[in-house]
Amino acid sequence: MLDNMKRSILVALWFVFLTFPLMVVKVNTLKNIVEWRWMNMLWVALGAFVLSIVWRWAMVRRDLKSSESDSTDDDQARPGIGQRILEDPKIFKPVLLVLAVVTLVFPLVVDIYQANIMVLALIFVVLGLGLNITVGLAGLLDLGYVAFFAVGAYTYGILNSFWGIGFWTSLPIGGLMGALFGIALGFPILRLRGDYLAIVTLGFGSIAKIVIENWEEVFNGAKGIAGIPRPGLFGLDMTIESATTYTYYLMILMVLFTIFITNRLKDSRIGRAWMALREDEIACVAMGVDMARTKLGAYAFGAFWAGLVGVIFAARNTYINPNSFTFMESALVLSIVVLGGMGSIVGVIIAALVLILMPEYLRAFAEYRMLMFGAVMVLMMIFRPEGLIANVRRKYTRSAVKTEGVNA
Amino acid sequence: MPETKKKLLEVKGLTMDFGGLRAVDAVSLEVSTGEIVALIGPNGAGKTTFFNCVTGIYNPTKGEVLVHPPEKKTQRINGFKPNRVTTIGMARTFQNIRLFHNMTVLENVMIGRHCRTTTSIVGAIMRGASTKRQEQETIEKSYELLKKVGLVNFADEFAKNLPYGAQRRLEIARAMATDPFLLLLDEPAAGMNPQETKALDELIVRIRDTEKIAILLIEHDMKLVMNISERIYVMEYGKEIAQGTPMDIRSNPRVIEAYLGEEADA
Amino acid sequence: MQYFLELSCSGLVRGSIYALIALGYTMVYGIIQLINFAHGEVYMIGAFIALIVSGVLTIYGFSGFSILILAALIAAVYAAAYGYTLEKIAYRPLRNAPRLSPLISAIGMSLFLQNYVLLAQTPDFLPFPSLIPDFDFMEPIAHIMGSAELVILVTSAITMIALTVLIKYTRIGKAMRATQQDMTMARLVGVNVDNVISMTFVIGSVLAAIGGVLVGSYIGQINFYIGFMAGVKAFTAAVLGGIGNIPGAALGALVLGLAESYAAGYVSSAYEDVFAFGVLVLILILRPAGLLGKAVKQKV
Repeated sequence: MLDNMKRSILVALWFVFLTFPLMVVKVNTLKNIVEWRWMNMLWVALGAFVLSIVWRWAMVRRDLKSSESDSTDDDQARPGIGQRILEDPKIFKPVLLVLAVVTLVFPLVVDIYQANIMVLALIFVVLGLGLNITVGLAGLLDLGYVAFFAVGAYTYGILNSFWGIGFWTSLPIGGLMGALFGIALGFPILRLRGDYLAIVTLGFGSIAKIVIENWEEVFNGAKGIAGIPRPGLFGLDMTIESATTYTYYLMILMVLFTIFITNRLKDSRIGRAWMALREDEIACVAMGVDMARTKLGAYAFGAFWAGLVGVIFAARNTYINPNSFTFMESALVLSIVVLGGMGSIVGVIIAALVLILMPEYLRAFAEYRMLMFGAVMVLMMIFRPEGLIANVRRKYTRSAVKTEGVNA
Repeated sequence: MPETKKKLLEVKGLTMDFGGLRAVDAVSLEVSTGEIVALIGPNGAGKTTFFNCVTGIYNPTKGEVLVHPPEKKTQRINGFKPNRVTTIGMARTFQNIRLFHNMTVLENVMIGRHCRTTTSIVGAIMRGASTKRQEQETIEKSYELLKKVGLVNFADEFAKNLPYGAQRRLEIARAMATDPFLLLLDEPAAGMNPQETKALDELIVRIRDTEKIAILLIEHDMKLVMNISERIYVMEYGKEIAQGTPMDIRSNPRVIEAYLGEEADA
Repeated sequence: MQYFLELSCSGLVRGSIYALIALGYTMVYGIIQLINFAHGEVYMIGAFIALIVSGVLTIYGFSGFSILILAALIAAVYAAAYGYTLEKIAYRPLRNAPRLSPLISAIGMSLFLQNYVLLAQTPDFLPFPSLIPDFDFMEPIAHIMGSAELVILVTSAITMIALTVLIKYTRIGKAMRATQQDMTMARLVGVNVDNVISMTFVIGSVLAAIGGVLVGSYIGQINFYIGFMAGVKAFTAAVLGGIGNIPGAALGALVLGLAESYAAGYVSSAYEDVFAFGVLVLILILRPAGLLGKAVKQKV
């Protein structure tokens, strides 16, 4: 115990030293003033002390857990709380019912501002689900995912401002454009290993933004495209309020649609091939899976969703510019996937809602959110790499009627 | 029932260079229907490299790899991608087990069915009658295979939680799921105890006899090889130094020298 | 012709800065096969610390060269401390994790450090004092190469020579090379692999900090975000030269710096970064082993 204290004090001192110039000193080189913020030093010391104790405790637990699972082969027998909720219909059904009711009445009881934020959060749910296919299922780390989002948004923006094409026509085109770009960018990088892939996709994301910023004739450069119409409903004239409510319901449908489709794919020949690719590329190919086709499929399908909600994003904002499509957005979507649990749909939804809504409602938190995202990504990898809700293991049932002639 | 032996795999003068290093030097080998053929040799003899050349993981520098699938045209498969080789009908296992750890045992076998099924992205989304039928067939077949290798009780377990010997058998089941006419096993008995080795021994013979799959195996364990294989090829330093029946090999002075030399090193 | 020389000179300057950062990437990758995504942030922190130190020293009446030396020294010490801590917190617990885990952790660390500096200091650009004096003897060629540029080139050259000596002839250098060859074997023959990895981070961080100080006083302003782009470009340089290969990183950095400078000068500066990424993508696709790297076959 005392030893523990001593170590924590040492850690606290180390961090006081480490953060001293940045946290305590602040120079104004123009006016030649130095500001000494000694209080910060105290906070750092206290914070580091406490965190170091928590850290060591968590590390001990982590090591215990991993040695436990090494010794028993059967630790998977007890499913996590997430899986229990999902598998027990007695809990699952009422929870679903309550959720459905809340979801339906939400825009009727809150103001337009709140509904608008919710729409944004739902857009990120779909983005998370989309990236989850590429990263979580197929194991292809994509750091430039936001590029496909931009493709969708600008597809609508350009189609509308040049040719006056409406939302509903643009929506599928946006999705297809996303998928197309997914294939086009995926093609040259098929052979790359995981970490190289990450850097190249990061490059693609940044290139996309720079091109949009500088190609005035098409993208209107840094000024962006304004006056994009909201989603229409049989040409009805809608107030901003009703248009927002309408967009909200549209987004809810969109999320359900995404869940439905991705679920079907996950439990199919294609989804299994993606997972196998993630687990071991060489073995996967040796078992007869076409690597190129499978990878491109994962890219295209992940990018499709980004393109699709990109259109909705443009319609929600009625205005787009390159600043909505930076590396930060890519990192945000990635932290949603990481936090939610790679491959897990429910986890991703929860993570998206938490990460988007929390900074909106806790203003004090907003300033620190990128800091927190960073910390969360590190901590999740160390302590809970499977995410908040681990991917549920699928069980297959054999049909009652035995097919004959299996012994070929 | 009497059947005429037919050539399945024919490798002629296969050579593989890595930079200046010649890992496999003009090795020739044949496997015919109903055979169990072994490829043995001391560590570093180039056996696994040979396997990798045949299964498309490496593209051989020189030589021919010819496949004569039953009831189909002969193909020269040099430079084919591994998935094409598997689709033609030659499936393999790995020396250092390469299972899909975070997928269930059953799913591992189901992956083997991938190249024999056709559901596309659109088909998976629509989930029509034919997709459902195919999926059900895949499940049934995979269960049957698990039964054959004695793993059916572990079907819903994650592959990583299987004991070592069971993982090896799962690899064999996964490879069999691709409907091969030739199974290539890379040191299937490595790390197994004598009991497990004996069971494996029986399994391999059973696969050959009841499934009519020919087998080419790399092995270190001389006993296993001598018991079950019809013909043996011996490699040392990338070269083929002997071939023949187990009897021939046992008395071949060059083989004895190669193995004794290795024993002395160890 | 003069324009060409100017571009060449600024390209070399850029290149040598990239080289200082790229060495850190390549050394770490060589040993633990990790893209230390947060390495660019260490460089940024080095620049910030140098700025703060020189600001304080200026106010307390120090002058000229003494400020430069002190600021660089303290920045290097701090960068080393940050690099060391970074490895201990974010990477060491993930030594045996699947390959994507440490990479995601690195991205998290990069975001964290950026925003830490943003919150602790400022989101705005800060003017960086020009610490490098104008030398009289540079007067005749000042229109092509200024004093600051000379200092950068000379410092980088000296640093790289020092690094080469360190790796070739010292005990720790030998241990590093051994660990790079085969970590398990190095451990078996008594190398403390954890220490070697820590040292690699420390050395890489010091180099990055030197780069940070030089860039700060050359360009004259810094903010919390400079590490991101510099990091990506330095990584590009490391890959260009063949990742894990130390002379390769230096060569790749010079090639990239020159190429970028010519592209900006003759084509368009707006697409300068696109150009750098384009080079990266092309290299990875056409020659993933880099200019000086050896192709490694994956073991099956």
